[in-house]
Amino acid sequence: MQAPAVSRNRTRLIGPSALLPVGLLVAAVLLVAGLAASMAVGAANIHISTVVEAIFRYDASLFDHLIIRTVRLPRVIAGAMIGAGLAVAGAIMQGLTANPLASPGVLGINAGAAFAVVLGVYLLGGLPLLGYGILAISGAGAAAVIVYALGSVGRGGATPVKLTLAGVIFAMFTSAFTTAILVLDSNTFDQIRFWTVGSLAGRGWDIVLWMGPIVAVGLLGAMLLSRQITTISLGQDIAKGLGQNTALVRALAAVMVILLAGGSVAIAGPVGFVGLVIPHVVRVVCGMDYRWILPYAAVAGAMLVTLADTLGRVVQRPQEIPVGVMLAFVGAPFFIYLARWRVR
Amino acid sequence: MSIPESVKEFPRPGWVVLRARRLTLSVRLDRRVPAVVLTLALVLLAALVLSVSYGEYKIAPLDVLRAVAGMETSDPNHLLVVRGFRLPRILLALMIGAALAASGAIIQGITRNDLADPGLLGINSGAGVLVVGYLTFAARPNPALFPWLALVGALAAAGVIYALAWKRGSSSLRLILIGVGLASLGGALISYFLTKLTLFNAQQAYVWLTGSVYGSTWSEVRLMLLWLGVLLPLTFLLARQLNVLNLGDDLATSLGTRLELHRLVLIGLSAGLAAITVTVAGAIGFAGFVSPHIARRLVGPSHEGLLLCTVLVGGLLLVVADLASRWVIAPNELPIGVTTAIIGAPYFAYLLYKRGR
Amino acid sequence: MEGIRTSDLSLAYDREMIIKQLGLSIVSGEITTLVGPNGCGKSTLLRGLARLLKPQTGEVLLDGKAIHTMPTKQLARQLGILPQGPTAPEGLTVYELVAQGRYPHQGFFQQWSDEDAEATREAIAVTNMVAFADRPLDTLSGGQRQRAWIAMALAQDTPILLLDEPTTFLDIGYQLEVMELIERLNRERQMTILLVLHDLNQAARYSDRMIVLSDGQVVADGSPHAVLTQALLAEVFKVRANIVADPDSGSPVCLPYRAVGAELIATPRPRREL
Repeated sequence: MQAPAVSRNRTRLIGPSALLPVGLLVAAVLLVAGLAASMAVGAANIHISTVVEAIFRYDASLFDHLIIRTVRLPRVIAGAMIGAGLAVAGAIMQGLTANPLASPGVLGINAGAAFAVVLGVYLLGGLPLLGYGILAISGAGAAAVIVYALGSVGRGGATPVKLTLAGVIFAMFTSAFTTAILVLDSNTFDQIRFWTVGSLAGRGWDIVLWMGPIVAVGLLGAMLLSRQITTISLGQDIAKGLGQNTALVRALAAVMVILLAGGSVAIAGPVGFVGLVIPHVVRVVCGMDYRWILPYAAVAGAMLVTLADTLGRVVQRPQEIPVGVMLAFVGAPFFIYLARWRVR
Repeated sequence: MSIPESVKEFPRPGWVVLRARRLTLSVRLDRRVPAVVLTLALVLLAALVLSVSYGEYKIAPLDVLRAVAGMETSDPNHLLVVRGFRLPRILLALMIGAALAASGAIIQGITRNDLADPGLLGINSGAGVLVVGYLTFAARPNPALFPWLALVGALAAAGVIYALAWKRGSSSLRLILIGVGLASLGGALISYFLTKLTLFNAQQAYVWLTGSVYGSTWSEVRLMLLWLGVLLPLTFLLARQLNVLNLGDDLATSLGTRLELHRLVLIGLSAGLAAITVTVAGAIGFAGFVSPHIARRLVGPSHEGLLLCTVLVGGLLLVVADLASRWVIAPNELPIGVTTAIIGAPYFAYLLYKRGR
Repeated sequence: MEGIRTSDLSLAYDREMIIKQLGLSIVSGEITTLVGPNGCGKSTLLRGLARLLKPQTGEVLLDGKAIHTMPTKQLARQLGILPQGPTAPEGLTVYELVAQGRYPHQGFFQQWSDEDAEATREAIAVTNMVAFADRPLDTLSGGQRQRAWIAMALAQDTPILLLDEPTTFLDIGYQLEVMELIERLNRERQMTILLVLHDLNQAARYSDRMIVLSDGQVVADGSPHAVLTQALLAEVFKVRANIVADPDSGSPVCLPYRAVGAELIATPRPRREL
C-alpha cells in the first residue's frame, strides 16, 4: 500500500505565527456565539436574549428558561464536546500514522466500540445511555490494544502500513460478529439502529457530566503531548534521532485518542467525518505545528458539530435529522473537494 | 551484441506457454498455475458435494452425484432437495464468490493498493442507498424492483465516483479517496433510513445489506451465469493490461497501453462483476478483498494465472462460507456475508503474520 | 533516422510552467545527458519527451511525427522510458517483469510468441541477470533491481531509450555497472540514449553530449569538455570548482570546493572577549 500523497499546501492562510493566538481567540468567540444561536433554534424558536437570560439570570418559573437549561444547553455542550474530541483524536491519529486518511474508523477502534456495545445490549437486554458509554470506551480500548499487538507482530514492529492492515482486518472480523448478533436478535437490532446513526437528540446533563471529565482529560493530555506529536509526525526515525521515546509518546497519544473517541462515541454514537475532515482544514490555516493544530481542531470540530446539529433541527422541522447524517452531508462534499484539488 | 556465455545455461523459464496450433492464440502462465488450479478445482468439487449433502435432510455424497446427474436414487425426495433447493443456492454462492474475487483482483490491480475492494467503487453503498431508500419512501414497495434498483444504484455510484475522480485524466489515488468519501456518505444515509423503517422492514433490509443467498432460484443462477459468461472471459483477456497498469501510470504509458481507455474498461468490468452479485444476493463483503490476496500467495502477481486462481479461491471461499452459515447455528441460518468474514479474516491475519517474519 | 526534436515546447504541472518554449533536438546514436540543479525541469522535460506529460504549447517530434498524436503502442516500439524509482508488485520475479516489456509487441489474442520469449531471454542475459531470473524483485539488491528494470526496457526493443536518474540511490559500484551497461547498449546496439543524471562527473564520463538546464531553459549544450566550465558551475550550480582531466578517460572532472555565497556564511563572527 502506498501512503496517499496528498500534496501539502505551501501557503498558510494565517501567515505570521503572532496572528495564530488572535485567530484562535476569534474562533473561540465565534464558537460561543454559535452555541448561543444553536440554543435559540429548535421545535420552538426562542429569542437569543432569552437564551442569554436563561443562562445568567435563570428563572425556573419560565418555560423557555426551563427548556434552555434542561434540554438545549446540555445538548450543545455535548455537541461541542464530541466535535472537539473527534477532531483532536483524528488529528493525533493522522500525525502518528503519517496517513492523511487515518481516523478511528480505519484503525478498527469504531468497530471495537460498536461490537462491545452490541454485545452488551444483546447480553443485558437494554442499557441506559451511560452504559453505552462505558462499553464503547472499553471496546475502543480493547480494539486499540489488539490492533497494536496484531500490527507489531513480525519484523519491523508496528509500521503504519501493518497497523492499517491489522486495523482493517480487525474491523472486518468484529463487524461480522456484530452483524451476526444484529441479524439474529431483533431486540438488539431495534435499539442499536437508533444508536448507530449518531445523534444528539435527548442528550441531557447526566451524560454530559459523566463524559465531560473524560473528554476534558483527553483534550488536556493531547495539548500536553502536542510538541511530541509534532516531532513524531516528521517520521519515527527523526523523532528517535531527536531523542524522543517514541514508544511512550505513541502509547500516551493512543490513550488520549481512546478517551476522546470513546467519550464522543459514548455521547452520540459513532459519528464520522469530523475526525477526518477537520484536521485537513486546520492544517491549511495553521501549518504543521500540532501545538496550534490541536487547539484549532478542537474549536473547529466543535463549531462543525454545532452547525450540523443546528441544521439538522431546522431543515425538516418539526422532525430532526440526526447529527451523524448531517455531518456526512457536510463532510462528504468537502472531502471530495479535498481529494480533487489536493491530489495531483 | 555479445551475449555472455551464461545464456547457454539459461534456466528453463518458470512458465507454461499455451498456444493453439491454428489460431493466433497464446497465453503464458506461471509454472505453479496448473497444479494450483487443479488442486483448487478438486477441493472445490469436494466442497460442493459436501455442501449439497449437508442440511436438515442429509444425503449421502454418492446420492448427491446421482441426483445432480438426474439419476434415480434410493429416495425420491433426493431429486427435489438437491435440484430444487440446495443446488441453486450453492451454485449461486460459487458464482458470487468468483465474480467478487475477480472484481477485487481488478480493482487491486489498477489502484495498486492491497486494501482496495469492490466496495471502493461505491457498489455496495450505491445499491444499499437506493434499495433501502426506496423501502423507506415508497408508499407500497415492490420487492420485485429490488434487484433492478440495486443494479442501477451500484453502477450509478461507480460512474459518479469515476467522474468525480476525473481531472484531466483519472488517478488511482483520487479514485480511492473519493470512493472512501462517498462510501461513508452512503453508510450514513443507510443508517438513517434504517431508523425510519418499521422494525420488520428494517431487519429485512439489514439482512439484505449483509448479503444472503437464502431462497435462491434457478432463474437467478441463470442470470448470474449469463453475466459471468460475458464478463469473466473479457477480464481474462485483459490480464496483460492489468499486469502493465500494475507497474504504475508512467510505465504503463511508456509500454504503449491506452491508459485511460484500459482503466475505464477495467473499472467497468470490476463494477459490473460486483454489481451483479449485489443484485442477486445483497452486499457480501470481504470475498473481493481477501481472495486476490490468497491467490497471490499461491501463484504470484502475474494476472494471467492470478485471475484464474482468484476466481477459484473466491468460489471456494463462498461455498465453504455458505456451508458454515447453514451449519453453525442449525437449524437457523447466518447470512453468508457474516460467515465469509469470520472465515476469511483469521486466514488473512495469518498471511499478514507470515509475511511479517 | 532524425531522432527526437522539440519545437516551442512548454510543459507544466497544474498551472506552474516548468519548461518554457524549448527547442531541442537529440541526435540518433548518441548518449545525451540532461543535467541541472534541483527543480530545473530536467525530469519534467524527459517526461514530456516520453509523452508522459502533455505539452501546453508546441510539440515533440519523433522522425518528423508528433508523438502525442501517434498511436501509443506504435510509439512504444520506438521509444522506451524508465521513470525514476519505479515500483513493482510484491513477489514479481525478474523474468515476469522483463516479460512485461514485450507488451507493445503483443496482440489481444497472441499474448506470447517465440520472439517474445527470445527477446526476454536476451534482455536478461545482456544485463547479467540470468542467475536471478526466477527471484522475486523484492529480494534483490538495489543494483540488481535497477538492472532488472533496464532489462525490461530492453525487452521493449526500442531504438531510443530514456532513463530518469538510473543511478540514484545505488552504491558506487552498482552505479558504474549501470552506466557501463548503458554505454555498451549505445556502442554495440547503436541505441539512442537520453538520460537525466545527478552526478556531473558521471555525465561527463559517459555522454557524447551534455545539456544543462536551468529554470526550464537550456543554458549550455555540447560536448562535456565544452559544457563543464568554471563559469557555468558558478552560475548554474552555485559552486566554485576546479576542472581537471580524468587520468583514466580524459573526460573533465569537476572538483567543487566552495558554494557561491558561502563566503558570506563562512565569514567568522567577531568573537566576544571573555
